[in-house]
Amino acid sequence: MNGSPISRVLPYLAISLLALFPVLDSTFYTQLLSKVLIMAIFAMSLDLLVGYTGLVSFGHAAYFGLAGYALALLAAKFEAVSLWWSLPAAMGICVAFAITTGMLVLRTRGIYFIMVTLAFAQMLFFVFHDTKLGGGSDGIYIYTKPTMNIGDTALVNLEKLNEFYWLVLFFTAATYFLLRRILGSSFGRALMGIKVNEHRMRALGFPVFRYQLASFALSGGLAGLAGYLAAVQFGFVNPEILSWHQSGAVLMMVILGGMGTLHGAVIGAFAFVLLQEVLSNQAWFGVAAKHWQLAMGILIMLVALYLPQGLAGLMSKFQRKPVEEAADD
Amino acid sequence: MTEAILRTEGLTKRFGGLVAVSEVSLDLHVGEVHVVIGPNGAGKSTLTNLLSGDLPATSGRVMLNGRDIAGLSSDQISRMGVGRSYQKTNIFLPFTVFENARLAAQSRTPYALHVFSRAEQYDAINALAGAALESAGLAHRAHRVAAALSHGEQRQLEIAMCLATQPRVLLLDEPLAGMGPHESQRMVELIGKLRTDHAIMLIEHDMDAVFALADRLTVMVNGEVLETGSPEQVRASPAVQAAYLGGEELLHE
Repeated sequence: MNGSPISRVLPYLAISLLALFPVLDSTFYTQLLSKVLIMAIFAMSLDLLVGYTGLVSFGHAAYFGLAGYALALLAAKFEAVSLWWSLPAAMGICVAFAITTGMLVLRTRGIYFIMVTLAFAQMLFFVFHDTKLGGGSDGIYIYTKPTMNIGDTALVNLEKLNEFYWLVLFFTAATYFLLRRILGSSFGRALMGIKVNEHRMRALGFPVFRYQLASFALSGGLAGLAGYLAAVQFGFVNPEILSWHQSGAVLMMVILGGMGTLHGAVIGAFAFVLLQEVLSNQAWFGVAAKHWQLAMGILIMLVALYLPQGLAGLMSKFQRKPVEEAADD
Repeated sequence: MTEAILRTEGLTKRFGGLVAVSEVSLDLHVGEVHVVIGPNGAGKSTLTNLLSGDLPATSGRVMLNGRDIAGLSSDQISRMGVGRSYQKTNIFLPFTVFENARLAAQSRTPYALHVFSRAEQYDAINALAGAALESAGLAHRAHRVAAALSHGEQRQLEIAMCLATQPRVLLLDEPLAGMGPHESQRMVELIGKLRTDHAIMLIEHDMDAVFALADRLTVMVNGEVLETGSPEQVRASPAVQAAYLGGEELLHE
């Protein structure tokens, strides 16, 4: 997929550098970077839909939040739950929810698709907000982190900041390579074909609905991975993680980074979370820091106007080949 | 005469009060080019859309190998061996020419489940895509982005994609529109060659091509079949002469 040798080694370089980060021994930045990487998984999962399948979902927080609540509800109150089964269970619930909602929302297109995905996410929001199921608007605390034991020894201790960070980095890298692999396969090519010209794909004999549903399910599952990790990191879930603000934020990350490029989604997550951190820093921006969303909005608009291919588009401007041609070589 | 591979019976399509296709019955046979002509708005493209499943019929049947396929979706019909090209070029503009054909060839295979294997690693699919491009005369453009092709070349790609799906029945909606004389000639030769093992329905306005290729000719006017038969029969038909072309051009041949 990537043309030049530089862009071929870049992902490995980035992962290596990120893996070394904890040597700085900064609690604040390690936590911040964990959050960025979790959002990167979330953004990549959405990019699979928006950038590669041509489905603009405005309700992706539903899967993110659902996995978080799954962990909170699966975890016995003061007893650590094993990641070995709780993570697959949380992701499985998201996949099941994606398949169920996908059967309905995938019958709509364009603006209606955006509205219906939003509607499903809002439904879920109010289920958790207005019922006792997940602690209502207060949410639930997750008092103990999940365990990752082999026999009696802990493979990874999630209570330890750095170990959790490395685990998140591992999952981010795994998601990136998994999606890259899938997108280079016949299945991935069919998804891209559907994005470009759904009608012709159907005429060529592709069962478009099934491809879209598979993409929707995979995307929901990976969003669930991100939501699970976020719930572990913050030790807390409330309905806000299901809100449309969250769906909007991840969509902005994808747009900021550049739709249809996996690394773009990662760059977008970095840019969005770090910008948010910087712009809401009171020491630097004083009263304006309270209104960081205003500055963020202006930045997003500028990117949409001048960098239609996002921040990743900046990178490919320096490469020889146009993006379209690179897809075939 | 072989059994018809595709046959329509009383096929009708209404758009509200407008009857776009009315009680059309026609046969397609392997080894024959069945040309459908008629003035603009005669319902030729709508007929193609009904056969390919792009549009659902209001009434009537479409029998493919003895099975009624009216009401099936276009992807199902495509997988049953009916390939079509579009009057308006309908390709994947951002992809390379080869990827356009490769995707078309891929549609016949179960490799979609092999999500960890690279799409280009299947020799049979690559060969099929390459052969389709070769037939359509586009092999030298394989690595160009489809959007960068000339209009005529995009028309050729349209045909190549259709061929790459290895159909038995070909529905070609004005394949020569927008092609230069050289490409037109080449396309007429190609369609002539494809006749041997395909059943072809050809919609065309270019009368030279029509009479060069037609084994059977159907004239449509206002959604109805005015006349159908061998080119000689149709040419001799007074109804056709009166209603279509003012009796001039067809006789002139």
